Amino acid sequence: MIQFLSYLCNGISLGSVYAIIALGYTMVYGIAKMLNFAHGDVIMIGAYIAFCAMQYWGFPPVISVIAAMVVCTALGVIIERLAYKPLRKATSLAVLITAIGMSYLLQNVALLVWGANPKSFPSVVGLGALSMLNGQLIITSETIVTITACVVIMIVLTLFTSKTKMGKAMRVVSEDKGAAELMGINVNATISLTFAIGSALAAVAGVLLCSAYPTLQPTTGAMPGIKAFTAAVFGGIGSIPGAMLGGILLGVIEILGKAYVSMELGDAFVFAVLIVVLLVKPTGLLGKTIHEKV
Amino acid sequence: MTRKQKMLMSNLITYGMVTIAFIVCQLALSGSIDGFKMSRSLKGQLVPICAWIVMAVSLNLVVGVSGELSLGHAGFMSVGTFSGAVVSGWLLNAFQMENEPVRLLIAMIVAGVCAGVAGVLIGIPVLRLRGDYLAIVTLAFGEIIRNVLNCVYINVDGKKLIFGFNTPTLPGKALLAGPQGAVGVDKISTFVMGFVLIMFTLVVVLNLINSRSGRAIMAIRDSRIAAESVGLNVTKYKMMAFVTSAVLAGMAGALYGLNYSTVAASKFKFDTSILVLVFVVLGGIGNIRGSIIAATLLTILPEMLRAFSNYRMLVYAVVLIVVMLTTNSPFLAGKLATVKGILKGRKNTGKEGDAV
Repeated sequence: MIQFLSYLCNGISLGSVYAIIALGYTMVYGIAKMLNFAHGDVIMIGAYIAFCAMQYWGFPPVISVIAAMVVCTALGVIIERLAYKPLRKATSLAVLITAIGMSYLLQNVALLVWGANPKSFPSVVGLGALSMLNGQLIITSETIVTITACVVIMIVLTLFTSKTKMGKAMRVVSEDKGAAELMGINVNATISLTFAIGSALAAVAGVLLCSAYPTLQPTTGAMPGIKAFTAAVFGGIGSIPGAMLGGILLGVIEILGKAYVSMELGDAFVFAVLIVVLLVKPTGLLGKTIHEKV
Repeated sequence: MTRKQKMLMSNLITYGMVTIAFIVCQLALSGSIDGFKMSRSLKGQLVPICAWIVMAVSLNLVVGVSGELSLGHAGFMSVGTFSGAVVSGWLLNAFQMENEPVRLLIAMIVAGVCAGVAGVLIGIPVLRLRGDYLAIVTLAFGEIIRNVLNCVYINVDGKKLIFGFNTPTLPGKALLAGPQGAVGVDKISTFVMGFVLIMFTLVVVLNLINSRSGRAIMAIRDSRIAAESVGLNVTKYKMMAFVTSAVLAGMAGALYGLNYSTVAASKFKFDTSILVLVFVVLGGIGNIRGSIIAATLLTILPEMLRAFSNYRMLVYAVVLIVVMLTTNSPFLAGKLATVKGILKGRKNTGKEGDAV
């Protein structure tokens, strides 16, 4: 039982990281209708920036995280401007391939700058572990910080998209670009803003991910990226609460699957659950059903 | 020329192109012409190039002709590779079958059947979904296949095949050893066989596209609802394209796998599916000849860039992005058309620029 609770905590923690990454995917998908495959690699860049800030330049963790967020935001906006904006009207496959090219580019730039050897990432949370139930259940401070960060981000984002003018503009653009333009919304700026927010979240996710699993190398972002994308689809792509729910469920399923079913088949288990969910509910858990018109 | 003649012409050009390339390569291999020889590294690439061409053409059948984005094509390839390696190893060890071309042929057929079965099993749930959801589920299946194959152990003991799941210690000689993949493979793939497989693939795919079924598949791609309303069985035709593609990928997998002494399951990661998709997209979606050219060039390109070692994948990425931007951005395409017009020595009209 205690063992189960401990696995559950780990699962929710990992799931929270997936959720934060999935938020970036889902927002970008909602507004630009594209699968941003480079998102996973923005996570990796964010983690490297934070790593450098802490190890080489001696900044405190908080400043390092902020530095990573700033760099990733700039990176996200630049990528959007250079690679995706010219393809706004191109087929979705063309955009997808460009995103994949961008992903390779980021990985290889990281390989050149930081080398292929894995770096050991220092935790950004310098606190001890929380011990409960007479020391039987130990929850690391990373877990607590990750879950808290996830909840805070979720609340802030929901408020942002429902209350502020910019957030509302984002929702309008995702619904109908043409109509938004007619209403005087700056569509390009709104899309840039979405990329900026998504990339800043990716930086946070990168730091949290590497705090919990401290090996950092140029391919670190790839697998979490794919899983977070799966999480976004799982919860219903385009939906912010869906990304959250999908991410956490996916993390829990992965950890429990690895613990109780098979270590090797953990990932297969995650994807199998996704397939079952999509077969029962093809638009994901919280996705909207779009009726096709002739 | 009528439409039919045009199509025939286009197909003949495709066959001719492959045949000429094959003959040129054979001449270079034989070294009968002075100063016209193939480098060692390129020689080693010949069979993989054949396998990648077949992969690209078969994926094009799904992505271009059937219009479904599949991100798990490497999964079918891995099924083919491992079943092919096991069959070849079994025939050699249990029946002492020394005849290499026959063994390769049997291995490829069995690999095709296995991948085809996997294609049917995966196609049934996958083809119910649409668009991005379909893409993510094919991705998921690709990863599941890789994960499961990571746990499969197959040994040959006497004439028997022994199957195991997560059991590294089995009696007999290992053919498939979990994470290590296929081990102790007898390298029997040849360039000639690769050429035969490419021709076979082209015959299958081009005939399918130009048949009644092929037109039905394309009609469904262009408008599912319209196709359904004239009484086409959507699932049947989508399945036809999907399974044909899986069978061909399986055969390509066998050809590829039997070219190396060991092949690990990690070789068939998500990246590999993407690599093949890149061949298809760069060659032109739905354009079979384009797939062949793109697969060849993009397999050779990283090898040619080997001198730049660290920078080669970087260059590959940049080439990918630049090609996509120049071919798809309306702004750059317009500029390109203007340049072309100037080169041809006539004034470019705006209309032409838009049409490109």
